[in-house]
Amino acid sequence: MDPLDIARWQFAITTVYHFMFVPISIGLSAIVAGYEIAWLRTRNPMWLRLTKFFGKLFLINFAIGVVTGIVQEFQFGMNWSDYSRFVGDIFGAPLAIEGLLAFFLESTFLGLWIFGWDRLPGKLHAACMAIVHVGTLFSAYFILAANSWMQNPVGYEFNPETGRAEMNDFAAVLFNKVQLVTFPHTVLAAYMTGAAFVIGFSYWHLVRQKTKPTDKPMYRTAVRTAAWIVLVSGLGVAVSGDVQGKIMTDVQPMKMAAAEALYDTEESAPFSIFTYGTPDGKTEKFSIEVPNLLSFLATGTTDGEVQGINDLREKYQETYGQDPGEKYYSPGDYTPYIPLTYWTFRLMMGLGFVAAFAAAWILWATRKGRTPTSTVLFWLAVTLPFMPLFANSFGWIFTEMGRQPWAVFGLMTTASAVSPGVSATEMMISLISLTAVYGVLAVVEVKLILHFGRKGADEIADEDLPPDRPDNDPDRPLAFAY
Amino acid sequence: MELTTVWFILIAVLWIGYFTLEGFDFGVGMLLPVLGKNERERRVMINTIGPVWDGNEVWVLVAGGATFAAFPEWYATLFSGFYLPLLLILLALIVRGLAFEYRAKRDDDTWRARWDAAIIVGSFVPALLWGVAFGNILRGVAIDADMEYTGGFFNLLNPYALLGGATTLLLFLTHGAMFIALKTDGPIRREARALAGRIGLVAAGVTVVFLGWTQYSTGDAWSAVAFLLAAVALVGGLVAVAAGREGWGFLGTFVAIALGVAGLFLALFPDVMPTTLADGVSLTTTNASATDYTLKIMTVTAVIFTPIVLLYQGWTYWVFRRRISVHHIPEPVLAGDR
Ligand code: HDD
Ligand code: HEM
Ligand code: HEM
Repeated sequence: MDPLDIARWQFAITTVYHFMFVPISIGLSAIVAGYEIAWLRTRNPMWLRLTKFFGKLFLINFAIGVVTGIVQEFQFGMNWSDYSRFVGDIFGAPLAIEGLLAFFLESTFLGLWIFGWDRLPGKLHAACMAIVHVGTLFSAYFILAANSWMQNPVGYEFNPETGRAEMNDFAAVLFNKVQLVTFPHTVLAAYMTGAAFVIGFSYWHLVRQKTKPTDKPMYRTAVRTAAWIVLVSGLGVAVSGDVQGKIMTDVQPMKMAAAEALYDTEESAPFSIFTYGTPDGKTEKFSIEVPNLLSFLATGTTDGEVQGINDLREKYQETYGQDPGEKYYSPGDYTPYIPLTYWTFRLMMGLGFVAAFAAAWILWATRKGRTPTSTVLFWLAVTLPFMPLFANSFGWIFTEMGRQPWAVFGLMTTASAVSPGVSATEMMISLISLTAVYGVLAVVEVKLILHFGRKGADEIADEDLPPDRPDNDPDRPLAFAY
Repeated sequence: MELTTVWFILIAVLWIGYFTLEGFDFGVGMLLPVLGKNERERRVMINTIGPVWDGNEVWVLVAGGATFAAFPEWYATLFSGFYLPLLLILLALIVRGLAFEYRAKRDDDTWRARWDAAIIVGSFVPALLWGVAFGNILRGVAIDADMEYTGGFFNLLNPYALLGGATTLLLFLTHGAMFIALKTDGPIRREARALAGRIGLVAAGVTVVFLGWTQYSTGDAWSAVAFLLAAVALVGGLVAVAAGREGWGFLGTFVAIALGVAGLFLALFPDVMPTTLADGVSLTTTNASATDYTLKIMTVTAVIFTPIVLLYQGWTYWVFRRRISVHHIPEPVLAGDR
């Protein structure tokens, strides 16, 4: 393989992996902070138990989020040095600010939260987790601003003397119209993911025979609050995704065409839920379609015109030249790899819809203190965490693959972004070692999560309730110790 | 002052923050098998850095991000050039970071032994390799006219750079021992104190040679002052700890590392990555930098937020100021079980 392919594989693997933990961290930090605030307000020990239970799972997850993030931070310089030179003036700023604003906040206040149960007044302790959540939001905002700039470069000027893109309007970069919808879409998707995670474990405990009857109300509350979160944020995800579709049609029309594998420009274009045919779209053997939906997604009107791949290809070639670079999936024609964009787009939406549907069903089945018995619902509920999780991965794969062959849309191709000085051997060593380590960590993490998730929320004896005021007895054992 | 100079200073400050803070938790990690005679003592050690190591590590992330933003050419050349050492550092940081969180999650000796190994190796590798990397930056490497590093892996392992690695390694070990002496109580505190003195002597010797060599090859009057003061602080710290004054001892290594790094950056200025090739290009604060516009924005952000970060990080150290000893470590109850 040549260095470009290896670098792309590494980027895809490490980033998708990082983003398996990120949405759970964003969502769970909010939920755990909510539990702890509820505990302080009501003094109902149920909330404290939930805080500690999901707090523990959150920490196991967060740790991997942190260590995989470190790789991301340096990967641009290692594998994509020409990219870094070209965009550093713009892309570097949000990245640096993310570190300064978000990472310090997250890591420091998480340390305080983990070890501070008896060192901080109760309210301050709960505030620490809330601050961690704010940190994750800052983090998401700035990194997504960087990514949105790659999707839709704004606020810059190309300087032929230095041969790079130079920033001239930071506000434009921060408030890029792509960013303004990507941020809510991604964060709401993360809330869905965190809440689905809570449902998975709580539902299992709720319906299990062995669970103590006195614990059931606790798990029911957890299931129901989380199901509401899935439903409401799911609605938000759909609405923001709809807006995204229109903006995408505007800034990257090829991506929208690729999402539907629409080859010829059409008015009143339908949206196919499922197609069985050849990827080049020449022959379609079987397809389930919703009339006019694609037109609506792309333009907001049911009979709007959606441009097809064939027309766009010609337009792109006029604008950007005949061939953007030799290395990408559909050589020489500015077309991303269609089967992948087509299916990832559907899987993203589909998994989201199934998750929202399951959440609604769960709410119905647990109404007025009922305990559901349906086997179908059981399987939906315990696999629920994976649905938004994988929807996230598919969303990113779609977004990033749909942008190909560009690394920075219209400005720099992926092929010209790769480090010229790094050999294929070096990159291979990196790809293999990171993938191997990530693989092992995945096994360890899943085992731990399942172990503690199955164990359920611990009982908390009265004398173990956290003190309201810091406890300054010098001989008191640590409230928490590694 | 030129903004490029301001940013050169700020990047130096970030590295100083990183080495003075994560320096001691690397030290603590490496000393785990030496000072931690049994499970409880090892847990005492890990818990002294438990609440703070992650915050310490963020300094290097911000240093990396800030280099990307302020000196994109430097970021690109450095990280693609020092590829394999950097990869090793990343792998080390991955397993090390997880070890703290996961080690206490299962009551199983094999499990704990494996994570202990991750902590030890994961602290050793970066403590050594960051020094090697800085040695190479100062000495200069083969950078061609396109600002690409062309020297390969083995040229990074030259005597001067390896001496730099030994210096950071030994300084961090001493710094870690000082920290343990400052933060624990009981036998482990006394042992750490004695160990800090012993390793400290070796560290002082190696440091003086490395800094002297640097001063001789690239130093100026300013770096000489910084290096001299660093040496004084280090010796002062060793004297203090020998007299049983752990706080002053820790301050000594802290200041010594800070001034040593400051001196290295002074010796480097105005280059950021000099070349050794006759027809190559040295990266300097001006030819590697971002535009004035970007630097202005970054400066405003840094001026506002760096003090805030320092305040709340400092506060964390205050919250967890209590010394820890074996009787503070809760009985076998595991971190995951509470
Ligand atoms: C939408 C959100 C989002 C996205 C797209 C990314 N991250 Fe991330 N990242 C987070 C949201 C996040 C987070 C929620 O803030 C994490 C996850 C767990 C954690 O510790 O913080 C995090 C952790 C994290 C860390 C460790 C921070 C620490 O030590 O506390 C680094 C260095 C990065 N990320 C860097 C990156 C880079 C360079 C990315 C681009 C390729 C990236 N992340 C994508
Ligand atoms: C966190 C969620 C993200 C995921 C899951 C993700 C996933 C991907 C995928 C699948 C590719 C395509 C790789 C290929 O073509 O083979 C890619 C490319 C890329 N993405 Fe992302 N991405 C994410 C976020 C980001 C962000 C936030 C940035 C920038 C800050 C970014 C920068 C890039 C770059 C530079 C490439 C070029 C490499 C390439 O095209 O192969 N990505 N990403
Ligand atoms: C009705 C349902 C949805 C619609 C219409 C929708 C629409 C979109 C669109 C158009 C994009 C591409 C944006 C671009 O490249 O410019 C996108 C990306 C993405 N989607 Fe969705 N989406 C939906 C559901 C979901 C769900 C359920 C999740 C996860 C829980 C999700 C997570 C993501 C993520 C993480 C990205 C990549 C980041 C981004 O560009 O925002 N989406 N979505």
